[in-house]
Amino acid sequence: MSLQLQDLSVDISGRRIVTDIGFTVPDGGFAGLLGPNGSGKSTILKAIYRVHRPSAGRVLLDGADLLSMRPREAARRIAVVAQEFTLEFDFTVAEMVMIGRTPHKRAFDRDDETDRAIADQAIAQAGCEKLAHRGFNTLSGGEKQRVLIAQAIAQGADHLILDEPTNHLDIRYQVEILELVSALGVTVLAAIHDLSLAALFCDTVHLIAGGKLIAGGPPQSVITADIVRRAYGTDVLVIEHPETGTPHLIPRRARSTDPAAPGSAHPLVPPAGTTT
Amino acid sequence: MILGVAVGSVPLSPAAVLRVIADHLEGHAQYSVADAIVWDIRLPRVLLAAVVGATLTTAGTVVQVLVRNALADPFLLGVSSGASVGATAVLLFGAFASLGIWAISVGSVLGALGAMAAVFLVSRSGRALSPTQLILCGVVLSALFESVTSFLIFRGNPQATQAVLFWLLGSFGLATWPQLPIPAIALTVAIGYLLTLSRSLNALAMGAEPAAALGVDVQALRRNLFIVTSLMAGVAVAVSGVIGFVGLVVPHIVRLMVGSDHRRVLPVGVLFGASFMVLGDLLARVIVAPQEMPIGVITAFIGAPALIILIRRRPYLYGTTG
Repeated sequence: MSLQLQDLSVDISGRRIVTDIGFTVPDGGFAGLLGPNGSGKSTILKAIYRVHRPSAGRVLLDGADLLSMRPREAARRIAVVAQEFTLEFDFTVAEMVMIGRTPHKRAFDRDDETDRAIADQAIAQAGCEKLAHRGFNTLSGGEKQRVLIAQAIAQGADHLILDEPTNHLDIRYQVEILELVSALGVTVLAAIHDLSLAALFCDTVHLIAGGKLIAGGPPQSVITADIVRRAYGTDVLVIEHPETGTPHLIPRRARSTDPAAPGSAHPLVPPAGTTT
Repeated sequence: MILGVAVGSVPLSPAAVLRVIADHLEGHAQYSVADAIVWDIRLPRVLLAAVVGATLTTAGTVVQVLVRNALADPFLLGVSSGASVGATAVLLFGAFASLGIWAISVGSVLGALGAMAAVFLVSRSGRALSPTQLILCGVVLSALFESVTSFLIFRGNPQATQAVLFWLLGSFGLATWPQLPIPAIALTVAIGYLLTLSRSLNALAMGAEPAAALGVDVQALRRNLFIVTSLMAGVAVAVSGVIGFVGLVVPHIVRLMVGSDHRRVLPVGVLFGASFMVLGDLLARVIVAPQEMPIGVITAFIGAPALIILIRRRPYLYGTTG
């Protein structure tokens, strides 16, 4: 159940967006994909779920080439929770979750007992029982995210991709959503904006900047003041989370930046707006 | 349906209507006035209205999902105006004359497919197809096609022009039995095909990327939906002219009744669209009897207020977050 990216490059409209990305998410692992806005995180994820066709490299699922599978077959192995979105036509939560069964059904198949049992189980697992008959568009951001996760659970895949699942959510939902995902026991690759939050939940993190993988490994080794400065071009303090010991970021005001701060070598992005 | 056959400038009782139909089905038709009215004039008209209503509703439902926009209908994407160009060319200049009664259908279907292809090609940016661009290109090309139709009318001879104008307003007044098979077969085939896709339509309603993640081949699906809706709209325009509002409004009314799951929306839409059009045609015949209103006037007068009332009662359905 491992997910492996090998030398993945993606071009969009003739421009190279990501270059030679390679890492492996082990069976049952929770991997975070980190990086500044526009660094190519979403592009990498979209290359895995077939929105973009990679111009080079491969995606392997347990060693099998994911992109040469038929779309339905691939969708039974790998589910996706996209960023929060609004539907043009409202579906109820129960209908949304049942749509997760799409890759398992043929043209005239009805929803049978198995589908209903799986959908109910998915709704229960994601804690959406009370929402089942509500319209999706009437839900709050956090509730929507739970429903999309229930849909992904119903899809029955053993790999899960999440594109910034905690964006726009308040602190309670951020934690709840990531707790829910890590309790599923599937192999997870999630693009996460908040580095401290990623450090709290991920076994490994992979940091992308300018379309290249610049660091990968356990959060402690990747989320350091030095690497964050290289990737984001800003100075932060990194402390240890008092309970878990994971790295935790504290932002600093630009004006308080000490030009003599250690490790200012080779920034990928020039530190904008800093005064010397 | 029976009501639609019974009511008209010469009123007939439902029983008389049923008797005529039964006589014909049993193969010993009576040559009476009632028979002529029911069998030769009203029945084909009502059946044609039902088929066209169902076809426009289905095409509208699909186009709305295709561009993920509740305001879309086949007219918006230029299909209908393209079909008009094709049909007008046939009416005025006798294109495809060797095809006889099929000529208008062929002309308008070719026009519809041409328009769809033009909209499709123009709105492609790079590889991705954006719904907004699709709609904008559709609106622009629609206007262009309408001008082409106007130009054709301007160049054509005055007598044929009269026929074209009548036809452009939309009417079932010229319905005859030989007109029925093409749209009926087209509708049956299209519905059958779309029902096999109803799960994919649900997935596509989530958006292109979520649909891809659910194992749907989005590009192929969009292309096929494009072709099917062009055919449907082309056929409908060929037999009845341009009848607005049905493809836009009826799908919404159906969604408000049964939700957005296309496994229900499509079949219910067929029934509701058919009934809506038969009723509309009925009103068109009786309101200013013995003259006839253009059916498009009726559909707009019923459709617009109905939709506004429904939207105001169920705001959430249209993407407004509370």
